[in-house]
Amino acid sequence: MRKLDVWKLLLEGRAFFALIAIIAVFSILSPRYFTLGNFLIMSSHVAIFGLIAVGMLLVILNGGIDLSVGSTLALSGVFAGFLMQGIELEALGVILYLPVWAVVLLTLGVGAFVGLINGVLIAYLKVPAFVATLGTLYVARGVALLMTNGLTFNNLGGKPELGNTGFDWLGFNRIGNVPISVVVLVIVSLIGAFLLTRTSFGRWLYSSGGNARAAELSGVPVKRVQIAVYMLSGVCAAIAGIVLSSQLTSAGPTAGMTYELTAIAAVVIGGAALTGGKGTIQGTLLGAFVIVFLSDGLVIIGVSVYWQTVFTGSVIVLAVLLNSITYGGARKSA
Amino acid sequence: MSATASKLDSPSAEDDNEEVVMAARHISKSWGAVHALKSVNFDIHRAQVTTLFGENGAGKSTLMKILSGVYVPTSGEIILDGNVVELGSTTKALSYGISIIHQELSLAPNMNVRDNIFMGREIKGSWGGVDFKEEERQTRALLEELEEDIDPLTLVEDLRLGQQQIVEIARALSVNSRILIMDEPTSALSATEVEVLFKVIRDLTSKGVSIVYISHHLEEALQVTDHAVVLRDGNMTAYAPRSEIDLEWIVRNMVGENFNLGSPPIGHEMGSFALEVKDLCVAEASGNGLAVDHLSLSVKAGEIVCIYGLMGAGRTEFMETVAGRISPISGEVLLHGSDVTGHSIAQRIDAGMGLVPEDRQRDGLVQTMTVGRNMSLASISNFTKNFMTSRADEDAIVAKSIKDVTVKTDGPGAPIGSLSGGNQQKAVIGKMLATDPSVILLDEPSRGIDIGAKAEVFRLLAAKAKNGLAVIYSTSEVGECLSIAHRVIVMHRGKISTEFTKDVTKAQIMAASGEAVVA
Repeated sequence: MRKLDVWKLLLEGRAFFALIAIIAVFSILSPRYFTLGNFLIMSSHVAIFGLIAVGMLLVILNGGIDLSVGSTLALSGVFAGFLMQGIELEALGVILYLPVWAVVLLTLGVGAFVGLINGVLIAYLKVPAFVATLGTLYVARGVALLMTNGLTFNNLGGKPELGNTGFDWLGFNRIGNVPISVVVLVIVSLIGAFLLTRTSFGRWLYSSGGNARAAELSGVPVKRVQIAVYMLSGVCAAIAGIVLSSQLTSAGPTAGMTYELTAIAAVVIGGAALTGGKGTIQGTLLGAFVIVFLSDGLVIIGVSVYWQTVFTGSVIVLAVLLNSITYGGARKSA
Repeated sequence: MSATASKLDSPSAEDDNEEVVMAARHISKSWGAVHALKSVNFDIHRAQVTTLFGENGAGKSTLMKILSGVYVPTSGEIILDGNVVELGSTTKALSYGISIIHQELSLAPNMNVRDNIFMGREIKGSWGGVDFKEEERQTRALLEELEEDIDPLTLVEDLRLGQQQIVEIARALSVNSRILIMDEPTSALSATEVEVLFKVIRDLTSKGVSIVYISHHLEEALQVTDHAVVLRDGNMTAYAPRSEIDLEWIVRNMVGENFNLGSPPIGHEMGSFALEVKDLCVAEASGNGLAVDHLSLSVKAGEIVCIYGLMGAGRTEFMETVAGRISPISGEVLLHGSDVTGHSIAQRIDAGMGLVPEDRQRDGLVQTMTVGRNMSLASISNFTKNFMTSRADEDAIVAKSIKDVTVKTDGPGAPIGSLSGGNQQKAVIGKMLATDPSVILLDEPSRGIDIGAKAEVFRLLAAKAKNGLAVIYSTSEVGECLSIAHRVIVMHRGKISTEFTKDVTKAQIMAASGEAVVA
């Protein structure tokens, strides 16, 4: 009985133990791994994936999938970069420079808009989530390429005389040594966790992901929940897009390629069920840490990029395997 | 094996009787706490028709699935030609010459009739391919025998339901089995098609094939059967050869006399009309015809109305339309005099009307959530302030509900799957009652739960009605109509065929539903 409990504990906390193991192994292999500086750098890498993964978790809890987040990230970054260049109003003959807060808000709006399209396609027009978001993956990327003609916005700093400085603050500054991007991730995660555990929306989300028919008959507005979830995912991708372009001080239309897959992997490693209804923010964050700490660690000890891909893939498969053990057992007894 | 022991409680006179081709001895089957079959004995007579009677949930289909290798019994044994056999799988059963026509059609609609009939048993051609010509020839011969004019190359999805059933029958015939189990083979057939089927059945028995027949159409089954066996709540209650029985005998043994599911609550004032349905029309899911046909019904506060009908009578469509899941073609739904026809499910729940769905696994429960969260799901707004849920308020509501409907559970935090069927059903009912409704619709609330839980559910509903709740429940078990209902509505093909208020007999209800007459 006791032995069984230990096994259960290991299984339940698998993402956490995996993270500990990764940190332990790489700390032994490289003296540079276990340093505050390295942890802060790795954490700022986690921030990007973590932000998309939180949005992805909401979608996956609903029983859906959002393949468009990588493209939405790029589109948002490009859009923000576009706004930072100033909008030329030909009729008035002036160039309008928006303050950074307005740029950020409008960019979040772009993310929400992509999510709205996904949500309406899926909830009302009954397009399977995989196909709908695969479509927006292409369209959003295409729009980003069209906006810049394939080029990259490099001038995101703004000018003090125009009153639009501060965009790079997000990517470079630190609050008490912690990168702003990590602070943003913490804030978004706290909001997400609050939403999931303390609000009626959270309950609607878990129930409609677990059994949409039962939720609907219990009066849950399942369609509105579905749309909201994709919009939130789009907003999370837009936040990640802003943070990433701020970190790079450039906004390119090819940013964030395959990030959607990393985000899905983080959610799955964090113990969420792809069938919906099961998963937590903590788990998803752990999943994001596992992926980034693993691949950054491999870089530090000098393993080739090709091997990194193999390792990451194996970790994902292992995670899904463990998920099917935990959930498979539960389903059989039900 | 002690031959004498099994002789005593065996339905047939002797175990090694030449007449019995296959026998089930002390077969039990349970799923967790649900006992579908309790030590049942059953004989299949050689070259004769044995009919199995029983209400929904009596265990007929379970027993047939055990005999055809779909399920493995929890205990008991199956004797084929005097030898104990382990069936284990349908292929094994097929190799013994046992085949089954399932109640639910198991055809691939995207394939044609020929390919469906030979699915998994394709006839090999000379070059290792499939000999489609030979398959087609045999298909034509089978359909000719069944006097059905269907081209073997028609897609199954283009056939009407009755023709699909014929194809299903043809497939079972094509196997040339010794024992053929027919689980409700006539539910979609026309009277002429039934006549042809019976001719085929007589033909088969004269060739030595033994047949097990299951039907809800009792009189129809009496025409064709040689032996009758009755199941009730997982027990075998009676058996007799055809010559010794009549319709009344079957009904009496099917329904039972002694089960007390309560009586209509009396002594309370019935209020004004709580629910009024006017001229409701609902389309069939397939798109052709009406599932609910110009139906009108009014229910007063404190009144209990039972809707009885066979499968496909339109009960579920009626209830789901009233609850707001399905939009009607025409007609109105009034709740306390105000029109809610265009309202969403959530609005109707707020206005005081909720549905307890027929299939609690598919529509009632969220398996990924706990007992407590399932039970509070419909009343989230009652413990939410400014978009935030209050744990204390929720716990109070859940605790009250669990007590109210007497759910036996380890606590609100237990997984919903850990409850027995009856308690899961009570949890779904409790979820709706927690919204404090004035009208509650229950679609087959007693489906798949044992007799004790049934009685508890009905007692609960009767008590709620006394406090002014309008209760509408549907059932396909006649006995349940005669329990707590003040009024029994019989539905047949989307219409109310008859309405009884009191002093109604089981036979009258069954006649009105089209059950005890040949369709």
